[in-house]
Amino acid sequence: MANLKELATRPELLSGGHRLCAGCGAGIIARQVMMAAADKPVVVTNATGCLEVSTTIYPFSAWKTSWFHSAFENAAASCSGIEAAYKALKRTGKVDKDIRFIAFGGDGGTYDIGLQSLSGAMERRHRMLYVCYNNEAYMNTGIQRSSSTPLGAYTTTAPNGKVKKGKEQVRKNLTEILVAHNIPYVAQTAIGYWNDLITKVQKALDTAGPTFINVIQPCRLGWGYSPEDTVTLGRLAVETCLWPVYEVVNGKYKINVKPKEKKPIIEYLKLQSRFKHLFKPENESVITEIQRNIDEHWAWLHLMEEDTNK
Amino acid sequence: MGEIKVARKKGWKELPEGDYLEPGSAAVFETGDWRSERPVWIPENCIQCLFCWVYCPDSSVKVKDSLMTGFDYKHCKGCGICVTECPGKKGNKAIKMEAEKK
Repeated sequence: MANLKELATRPELLSGGHRLCAGCGAGIIARQVMMAAADKPVVVTNATGCLEVSTTIYPFSAWKTSWFHSAFENAAASCSGIEAAYKALKRTGKVDKDIRFIAFGGDGGTYDIGLQSLSGAMERRHRMLYVCYNNEAYMNTGIQRSSSTPLGAYTTTAPNGKVKKGKEQVRKNLTEILVAHNIPYVAQTAIGYWNDLITKVQKALDTAGPTFINVIQPCRLGWGYSPEDTVTLGRLAVETCLWPVYEVVNGKYKINVKPKEKKPIIEYLKLQSRFKHLFKPENESVITEIQRNIDEHWAWLHLMEEDTNK
Repeated sequence: MGEIKVARKKGWKELPEGDYLEPGSAAVFETGDWRSERPVWIPENCIQCLFCWVYCPDSSVKVKDSLMTGFDYKHCKGCGICVTECPGKKGNKAIKMEAEKK
């Protein structure tokens, strides 16, 4: 359990003055992750993306800790290299500090472009935490679809019109791909559950091995809503069971948030302009399909929880 | 506050192989002028839950000794998340948005 009064005494590792949009969820995720990590020295690597571009516009940096960026696809590879160098220095007695390693990537840099390096770093068992701030499209370059974009959403490369109904494919389940790597800690969470996110980051950093956290991040620009609703939408994604908050510790599933009442997905969709076209009568079938996918996945997750905790 | 200095742009032969940036130097860039509305703190309704602080994307809620003390208007972009998240006291929010005066 994290305690806000105690967290507030820690140094703030991300300064203001970065150029993320007003109300950007990536800023919230980065700050909360760094709050959880600030009790030890920490090295951050970043995939190219909103967070990287906006926090390090030349000649400024918003990071008050060691921070490294080299390319879009290799945040995990860079992080694993730094971790390997640290281990070598520690072995030879040149470093005695206990240092933690965190890589940040957006869904483009994680689901698509960085998947190979992420998979490699996890398989090599580096002691690092990879955080995916998942805003469900390439927001930094103008809202192109990614493999995390949900079914039916409008993006500039999967638009809607007379024939198309937004993205035609369902997103791939990256969290489960990471579970399949048999790593000690995989978790999924959302903006709006600060305690859950911070606790998960602390758990991950205390795990001696590769760890992964997938955080859904409402994006006011790409999702189309007013900026004050970022946290509300993150919470709605969980209350509708679209984005279950759960963790897999050494193969054992645990659903951390079980909403008392599962809200219909319409309540989440209607707040976002990227789903506006789904409310036309001819597109009703897409909403039905989204709801069916959610129900199936939610039921499957309960089965997994039951099955792995016998 | 330091002043913003951008040196003459270097030619490609002079460029370093990597780049080093001062930690936290983004703070000299003031994003407060993006704002069209500003959050105003009403201390008598504040229960010091720090939800505004934990959800601020711009590190713009000032906290001293674990207590909220106001806003950093130099960097606050006026998104209004703090107002949405504020539980307030007896239904009266401790933060309200006011139009930015020209």
